[in-house]
Amino acid sequence: MIATLANPLKFMAFSRWAAPALGVVAAILIGWGLALGLAAPPDYQQGETVRIMFVHVPAAWVSMLAYACLGAASFVSLVFRHALADAAARAVAPLGAMFTAMALITGSLWGRPMWGAWWVWGDARLVSVLVLFLLFVGYIALRASIEDEVKAARAAEILALIGLINLPVIKFSVNWWNTLHQGESIMRAGGSTLAPVYLLPLLLVGAGYSAAFGALWLARTRGEVWRRRGASLTLQAALS
Amino acid sequence: MTPHSTLFRRELSLAWARGGGPLLTVGFFASVCLMVPLSIGAAPGRLSAVAGGITWVGLALASLLSLDRLFERDFESGALDLVNLGPLPLETICAVKCAAQWLASCAPLALAAPVAAIGLGAKVETAGLIALTAAIGGVAFAFVGGAGAALALVSRRGGVLIALIVLPLLTPPVIFGGAAIANFAAGLPWTTGLILLTAYALAAVALTPFAMAGACRNALS
Repeated sequence: MIATLANPLKFMAFSRWAAPALGVVAAILIGWGLALGLAAPPDYQQGETVRIMFVHVPAAWVSMLAYACLGAASFVSLVFRHALADAAARAVAPLGAMFTAMALITGSLWGRPMWGAWWVWGDARLVSVLVLFLLFVGYIALRASIEDEVKAARAAEILALIGLINLPVIKFSVNWWNTLHQGESIMRAGGSTLAPVYLLPLLLVGAGYSAAFGALWLARTRGEVWRRRGASLTLQAALS
Repeated sequence: MTPHSTLFRRELSLAWARGGGPLLTVGFFASVCLMVPLSIGAAPGRLSAVAGGITWVGLALASLLSLDRLFERDFESGALDLVNLGPLPLETICAVKCAAQWLASCAPLALAAPVAAIGLGAKVETAGLIALTAAIGGVAFAFVGGAGAALALVSRRGGVLIALIVLPLLTPPVIFGGAAIANFAAGLPWTTGLILLTAYALAAVALTPFAMAGACRNALS
């Protein structure tokens, strides 16, 4: 399937209906999950604020997924010199930054009633998401500051791969740092301790966010392909 | 004389002279460390608690300072193209450049770091460890920073861009080095931080030359 989709024409034909279809799936899943989440009883400790989890945790998942996609697309582009993979990498970076920013903002809003502070350094996950956000910003800035598109693509691929290798190390180091400077309160949501009444909406919204990410990624990649086509047509018109 | 040592001498003399060399870097480091007490207040307990950490922030920032000229000067003058035609592979050239960068800017910083930390109120016994972690962490700063500098070659806004793409990658060494010093000062086991820092620095030495060479080839093509 991937080999077929690597052909730009087939990709454009496929994504033409796949992007809106995924969008519809995303809307259904997110709507369903949020409805269940709003209907769930308030948590005995966190009260009503537990519902922020349903918009926050999936955003953090998808931001990690987005960096993995950026790394994979950059790898394919670097090794096989495939133009579509580069278009996909360029398309996914702002999306990843957006989901990461969403995770940070909702996490901060959740932190205020939970910990009494907008930002708690004691939570290692929050800190590693912040570093992830900076990695996305660096990638976008590097790409934007190089005019030659081919050179920008190569440099950005190398940076994405450096980031991909570094990301587990950063995650490990931040967790390790957190165990050293044990914060005042560390929340342990997630895992098996989560009651099914919360787990189901969380998973539904998570699947919905992933579908939304897929839809937006396809749409943005399409836009990138069109942009390049337009640029080369302009060039041809100027030459003739 | 082997090509390696010739190149290393050239790079070292360039790095030493480049924009004031170590004097500029150490001066910048001292200025950063001066700003901290001025901004957070001089209560002795408060400063000594964060002395090691501040020193590490200063080190990370100061080691970025001369990176923007690391490849750029040779790239603009055509020297990078010339050495690329020579017998050494580009990966080795990049590694030698970073080694010279370490000797000219990170090693003097490692000597200045304990002075700054003690001035901020760190215990005198930590001086040796601060110098050691600064020297090892400097290896990571020089090589990862070199990768950032090589990537920024084709862009037209070197300095700030390098800082933006390199600093997030430097979180692990800053954590490991800072933790080793903090734990040592608190009488806790501290070797784990030092070992992890060394591992990070060695991995940077082993891997980043390939990224740097790729980025340089991209810029030269």
